[in-house]
Amino acid sequence: MNSMLRQVLAGARLLLVLTVVLGVGYPLAVYGVGRLVPDRADGSLLRVDGQVVGSRLIGQQVTGDQWFLPRPSAAGDGYDPLASGASNLGPNDPTLLATVTQRRQEVADREGVDVSAVPADAVTASGSGLDPDISPAYARLQVARVARVRGLDPATVSALVEAHVQGRDLGVLGDPHVNVLELNAALAGLG
Amino acid sequence: MSATTAAVLQIGLLVALLAAVHVPLGDYMARVLEGRTHSRVERIVYRLGGIDPDADQRWGVYARSLLAFSLVSVLALYLFQRVQAHLPLSLGMADVNPAGAWNTAVSFVTNTNWQWYSGEAVMGQLVQMAGLAVQNFTSAAVGLAVAVALVRGFTRSRTDRIGSFWVDLVRATGRILLPLAFVAAIVLLVGGVVQNFTGVQDVTTLTGGTQHLVTGPLASQEAIKDLGTNGGGYFNANSAHPFENPTAWTNLVEIFLLLAIPFSLPRTFGTLVRDRRQGVAILSVMGGLWAAAVAATTWAELHAAGAVPQLAGAAMEGKEVRFGPAASALFAASTTSTSTGSVNSFHDSFTALGGGVTLLNIVLGEVSPGGVGTGLYGMLVIAVLAVFLAGLMVGRTPEYLGKKIGRREVTLVALSILTMPALVLVGAAITAGVPSLRDASLLNTGPHGLSEILYAYASAVNNNGSAFAGFGAATTYQNTALGLGMLFGRFVPIVLTLALAGSLATQQPVPAGAGTLPTHTPVFAGLLTGVVLIVAGLTFFPALALAPLAEALS
Repeated sequence: MNSMLRQVLAGARLLLVLTVVLGVGYPLAVYGVGRLVPDRADGSLLRVDGQVVGSRLIGQQVTGDQWFLPRPSAAGDGYDPLASGASNLGPNDPTLLATVTQRRQEVADREGVDVSAVPADAVTASGSGLDPDISPAYARLQVARVARVRGLDPATVSALVEAHVQGRDLGVLGDPHVNVLELNAALAGLG
Repeated sequence: MSATTAAVLQIGLLVALLAAVHVPLGDYMARVLEGRTHSRVERIVYRLGGIDPDADQRWGVYARSLLAFSLVSVLALYLFQRVQAHLPLSLGMADVNPAGAWNTAVSFVTNTNWQWYSGEAVMGQLVQMAGLAVQNFTSAAVGLAVAVALVRGFTRSRTDRIGSFWVDLVRATGRILLPLAFVAAIVLLVGGVVQNFTGVQDVTTLTGGTQHLVTGPLASQEAIKDLGTNGGGYFNANSAHPFENPTAWTNLVEIFLLLAIPFSLPRTFGTLVRDRRQGVAILSVMGGLWAAAVAATTWAELHAAGAVPQLAGAAMEGKEVRFGPAASALFAASTTSTSTGSVNSFHDSFTALGGGVTLLNIVLGEVSPGGVGTGLYGMLVIAVLAVFLAGLMVGRTPEYLGKKIGRREVTLVALSILTMPALVLVGAAITAGVPSLRDASLLNTGPHGLSEILYAYASAVNNNGSAFAGFGAATTYQNTALGLGMLFGRFVPIVLTLALAGSLATQQPVPAGAGTLPTHTPVFAGLLTGVVLIVAGLTFFPALALAPLAEALS
C-alpha cells in the first residue's frame, strides 16, 4: 500500500507539471503563433463597411427571397453556434422521410421548378448545423428567383454565382461548394 | 472529374502521405522509446515528479504506476469540472453535474472521448485546454507506453523488468506527441482553425439577424485530438464544425493525423525486434482491414441506399457540403478504425451499410490500425492468439519472435480478447432489455435503434468515443454505465497486456526451428487477418445481423 501511495504522489506531481506544460504553455504558444495570422486565428470574420457581419466559415440563418438561402440546419432554431449538431435521424427514419419530402416541395415551389430538380443539400441538414456552403447546383437553382426579386439581370446574378463556385481542394479533396455568406455579401454589393 | 474518381484520388493522396511518413516516424519513435539518455528538461520533470528515471520496473509495478497516474488523472479532471464555475475562462458555465463529470473524466483519461455533452454549452475554456486537452496527450502517451512495454517482452530475455512507465510516459508526451501536435496545430491554424480566448461574440448578420459566434483555443486542442486518436471535440459538432475543420484540405490533414502514429508503430515494432519484416506483416494486416473499410464506406455513401438518401438524391443528411459523401466516408472509416471517435459527419444518418461498417470497425477491437499504442498492442495480442491457433493446427509448441506461447500467455491473451465483447454485449443487452432505459435514450426505433445502443457500448468499451449520436447518453444511468464500460474496457486489457509482457520477458528466447511458424510471411498476415475477423464475427455477428444488417436488407 505504501508503494501504491508513493505511485499516486508521483503521478499527482507529474500531472501537475504536465498540466502546466501541455495545458497552459502549449495552447499559449499556439495562440502566440496565431497572432501572425489573426484573421484565421480569430475565426475568418467577414466585415462589410467595417462592421463584422459574421464568419466566412459559419453559416447563418437567412430569411427573405432576395437572398441565397442556406441548407436546413439542426443547430438550435437554425444556425445557432451555441448548439452545433446534426439531426442524427437514420436513413430510413419515417420522420426524416416526411421532412425531406416536405422540404423538396417547398424548395420546388419557391424556385418554380419540378421537385426532381432539387439537389440533396437543399433538403438535408448538415453535420454541424453551421454549414457555410451550398452545392453549386443549389446556388444555380436560386439564381432566377433572386434576380427576379431584386430586379437584376439573371445573367449578372448567374455570373456572380459562378465566380463564387469553389472547386475541390487540390482538384480532388472534398466536394465543390459555394459559400453563402460571401455570395450574399457580393450580392448586396451589387446594390 | 467524377465524384468517384476524386474519391479514389483523395484516398490515394492520403495513402501516399502515410507511406512517406511511416518509416521516418516509426524509426524516430523506436529511437525515442528505447533511448538511453534523458534530456535536461526531462531530468527537471523527473525531479519535480520525484521519479527515479533509471529504475526499471517489474510488470506489476509498471501497471501500478500506470493505474496510479490514471487514477490521479480521473480525480483531478472530475474536480476540475465540478468547480469550473469558480475558475477563470469558464464563460459563465456552471459546475458539471456529478454523473456527467465522472463520465467525462473517465472518458478522457481512457482515450475514449465519448461526449454526453455539447462542448460549447457545458465546458469552459480552462477545463477544455488545461483539463481535457492535457488528457488528450497523456492518455495517448499511456497507450504508447503499454505498446513499447509489450514489445520489450519480446526483445528482452531472462529479466522481470519491462521498463519505466514514467520514462515512457514523459518521452512519448514530450518527444513524440507535443512536437508533432505543435506543428499540426500551426498547419490547422493556417487552414482557418480558430485559436483565441474571445469566447462568445455577438454579431449582426448580413440579413439583419443576430448570431452568437463561439471561438476559443481550438487549434491546439484539435491537433492533439486527432494525433492522439482521442476524438473529443471542442464543440458538439466535432470536426464537422467549420471552426474545427474549415476546409477539405484541413479535413485531409486531420485524417492524416488520426492515422499517422498508428500506421507508423508497426515500423517501430519491426525496428525494435530487429526484424523489420515482422512490422511489415503487422502493417499489411492493419492496412488491409482499413482499406477494406474505407472502400466499403465510400461505396455505401456514394451509392446512397436507403429511403431518405434515395429521395434526397444523395446521402447528405449529417454531412457538410465542403466534404461531401466521399471525404465524410474516409473520415468515418478512419476515425472508427483508430479508436479516435472524432467525426466530420454524423454516423447515425449514414446509410445502413456505411454506418454498419463504422460499427464493425469498432468491434474489430480497434486494431485496424487502432489507436496510438493501443492498436499495436491490441494487434500483437491477437497475433499471439493467431500463432497459438496455428500451433494447434500443426501440433507444435507455438512461439512468436522466439518466445514460447504457453498456458500462461494464452490465458492472458484469451482474457484480454474476451473482455471487450463481454462488456459490450452485456452493457448493450441491459439497455436494450430494460424498457425504461431504452426509451430514455433512443432517438431512432427498430433495427436502427438497436444499432444506436450497440454503437454506444461498442464505442465506449473500445475507447472510440464516436456515437450514433441520436442515442441520449446524458442520463445518470448511461453516464455511469458507459463510464464503467470505458474504464474496464481500457484498463483490464492493459493490465493483462502488461502481465503478458512480464511473462514473455522472463523467457530465454528459443532459436527458430523447422517447426517454427514464420510470422513475417503473407500466409501469417492472412491468418492474422482471419483471426481478427473471426473473433469479431463470432462474437458480434448475431447482434450485427439484428441491427445494421437487418436495416440494410429490409
